[in-house]
Amino acid sequence: MSTESIAWPSATAVSPSFVDHLHEWVTTVDHKRLGIMYIVYALIFLVIGGIEATIIRIQLIRPHNDFVSPQVFNRMFTMHGTTMIFFMVMPVLFGFANYLIPLMVGARDMAFPRLNAFSFWMTAFGGLLLYFSLIGANGLYGAGNAPDVGWFAYAPLTSQTFSVGHSTDFWTLALLVSGFGSIGTAINIVATILCMRCPGMTLAKMPLFVWLNLIMAGLVILAVSPLTAAQIMLLIDRYLGGHFFDTQAGGSAVIWMHFFWVFGHPEVYILVLPAFGFASEIIPVFSRKPIFGYPVMVGASVAIGFISMSVWAHHMFTVGMGANINTFFVISSMTIAVPTGIKIFNWLGTMWGGKIEFKTPMLFCVAFVFQFLIAGLTGIMLASAPFDWHLGNSYFVVAHFHYVIVGAILFTLFGAFYYWFPKITGKMYNEALGKLHFWLFIIGFHMTFDFMHVPGLLGMPRRIYTYEPGRGWDTWNFIVTIGVFFQAAGILIFLGNLIWSYFRGKIAGSDPWDAWTLEWSTNSPPPEYNFATIPTIKSRRPLWDLKHPDDPDWRYE
Amino acid sequence: MRSRGSTKWRILGSQIFVCLGSAMAALADPTQPLSPTNIFAPASTPARLIFGLSLFVLTVTGGIFIVVFALLLYSVVKFRKRKNDDGREPPQVFGSNQVELAWTVIPVLIVVALFMATARVIAGIQKVPRPDNAIEVIAIGHQFWWEYRYPALGVVTANELHVPVSDDNRPTPTFIQLWSADTDHSFWIPRLAGKTDLIPNHPNSMWIDPHETGLYLGQCAQYCGTQHAKMLLRVYVQSPDEFARWIQEQRQPAITRNEITQGQRIFETTACVNCHKVAGTLANGRFGPDLTHLMSRDTIAAGAAKNTPENLRQWILNPAGIKPGSLMPAMQLSDPELDALTVYLETLR
Repeated sequence: MSTESIAWPSATAVSPSFVDHLHEWVTTVDHKRLGIMYIVYALIFLVIGGIEATIIRIQLIRPHNDFVSPQVFNRMFTMHGTTMIFFMVMPVLFGFANYLIPLMVGARDMAFPRLNAFSFWMTAFGGLLLYFSLIGANGLYGAGNAPDVGWFAYAPLTSQTFSVGHSTDFWTLALLVSGFGSIGTAINIVATILCMRCPGMTLAKMPLFVWLNLIMAGLVILAVSPLTAAQIMLLIDRYLGGHFFDTQAGGSAVIWMHFFWVFGHPEVYILVLPAFGFASEIIPVFSRKPIFGYPVMVGASVAIGFISMSVWAHHMFTVGMGANINTFFVISSMTIAVPTGIKIFNWLGTMWGGKIEFKTPMLFCVAFVFQFLIAGLTGIMLASAPFDWHLGNSYFVVAHFHYVIVGAILFTLFGAFYYWFPKITGKMYNEALGKLHFWLFIIGFHMTFDFMHVPGLLGMPRRIYTYEPGRGWDTWNFIVTIGVFFQAAGILIFLGNLIWSYFRGKIAGSDPWDAWTLEWSTNSPPPEYNFATIPTIKSRRPLWDLKHPDDPDWRYE
Repeated sequence: MRSRGSTKWRILGSQIFVCLGSAMAALADPTQPLSPTNIFAPASTPARLIFGLSLFVLTVTGGIFIVVFALLLYSVVKFRKRKNDDGREPPQVFGSNQVELAWTVIPVLIVVALFMATARVIAGIQKVPRPDNAIEVIAIGHQFWWEYRYPALGVVTANELHVPVSDDNRPTPTFIQLWSADTDHSFWIPRLAGKTDLIPNHPNSMWIDPHETGLYLGQCAQYCGTQHAKMLLRVYVQSPDEFARWIQEQRQPAITRNEITQGQRIFETTACVNCHKVAGTLANGRFGPDLTHLMSRDTIAAGAAKNTPENLRQWILNPAGIKPGSLMPAMQLSDPELDALTVYLETLR
């Protein structure tokens, strides 16, 4: 060893430079930082996908409009759907799952922190790959740039005959790559929930949000795998001379539909189950009552998980599967209404007899219950196969699934943003701006998606870049488009509120909502190790027990 | 708090009224058409069966909506936190097995009823055997137009489907086989039947029996590529006599004159003949619409434009001007050539 002295960093602390910060975030394996990165990444794609939606709606504001060309329009709806499903809603839900699950189960991190980081970066690069198509997909002269095959990319439109250039390849690879990320995260969530719970937290004492994410993660593993397989088969068709979906050589277009929807329908539940989780945490706290019928809620969620694997072909009632298969998928699809109905009733039961405080998170959750009710009822109409022969692939179905994805999922997500913002940042959001966001968004949402049902009933198919006058669709489409601007204003206020409150918000304290689950027992924002000592719990509401030692929950559960 | 709450419900209430109002408007008075493609104005048995089912489903779901919405409205109004709240927590209720049982069993019964009604209509439409006197049509979806073949009648046409009316005394349903030449399409005439997809390598079929003569509109309902939007459907329902006359005319070859006109020469010496057929002449292409009786059709370009000499000329000059993404190339003809060609096409009656 040399005797030379080693230069010691000077005692005066230098604040870390931007590069140091960046390095810290890029190399982090902390579940909270990864959660935040998922969420911020998703918000960027929310804006991009929102701009695409706005372009679609401006084009459709009146018949024979020529705001964009058909080619651009087709790319817009493909990119809008793909972006919102795979690069907005899924990542943001994974972000909240990542951030909250360890805190809620009293753990110091996810089970596999490095897998967690790997999964995030796979998802992130998947999104970049999709958007790189705008630059890189122009493989042949005259070939398009961004993918234009629709987000479910039916064969044979994706074959090289009909999709020249590389746009479809970018789409395929983006989903393949982000699919690996999703499966990694799902495995991580399952392992964390099964193995990392704090002492006393039996499965029956987990917060419902954790239960719902466990089921969601199970569905991801089951549903994303067939999608990944299908993407590989599509690549084999396109480059290795395969004929899986090549109808000119005996392949089957219908097989692609089965592969896609056996992913695609559970995917809806992958997205909506965590939304149920948000509602099941927020509604009790703002009603000041425990969730009504916890065991039934868990049972209903598990039932939804199982049934959702057997309903996929209700997306295919019009492809000519025959009367018997159609009938099977009618009964399986309608069955799922029972556990979903039970959940709505239990949320009502939770509010019943409570003292409901309408803070912004609760406003979004009440609107969610209302909108999810309507989405469920239009879902029953679509499950009725003959009715679906009209409604399927019309604007009615577009309105229906936006009622689910925006009216239910995005609304609870906004609720979740406001509810956990104080925990994640340590600052309180601005309540007035939050309420303004709520009212703008709910007006915009109902203008757009209530009225969108009508042109569907009047025979307007989806994915048309323009339409003929005299079909009775003009007024409806006009109103639908106007609603978009209210929603966009709401989103801008939401983002502004987040940024402003992050810098200027009041200090929130560790438990601003007087809530009951473990994440509120630690500091805001939580330290890197989450809990100084691992908590031990005796009931589903450990903080209630702590605050009411005379009347603890564990006496009744 | 109170005043804010009531404003909220007034706004929400008015929105609901608007929704219900619009739904009622869509339902109201099918004879005074709100839209030529209204699914609630059925004119053929499959559409009528679906209409009946949809009314049943709408009634049941509407009933559920009213009950659950009333409960939600009641609980948010009744159980909101009051201004003079004493700050104590409300009674902590964890659940009730009786209530859970009730709201499980009742939905199960509703689902059973809806399923039975649905299964009956599925069988009533999909399990109907083809009667011997049915008209048989093969509809072939192309990017971005429709080919119709009447194999028993020896007729081939494009974009405008003609079928006979089917009244109760003389039921003459039309059974349509659905094929695709390229990508997926979907055949949807809302007033006549629900949609059925045309999928390559996967032949489908459907049937209609329109009860009233007239023109029924629709359009392709499965995304099929760039010009999915202008792949319009037109079904002409004719009286038996008119239909018989139409078939008679369509079976004739094109009227040929003794001397070949300049327009016909241009048609037969350019790429037109690679794709189009004019029966009784050299033109024998199969890729594009059959033009033998072009002038018997009201529209060109799959319903995208009226069939006028001016539109026809514009179409030949630059198809992408009317239908961007159309697979017909611009033929790069001079003005006199265009005029001559248009004159020739106008003779194809």
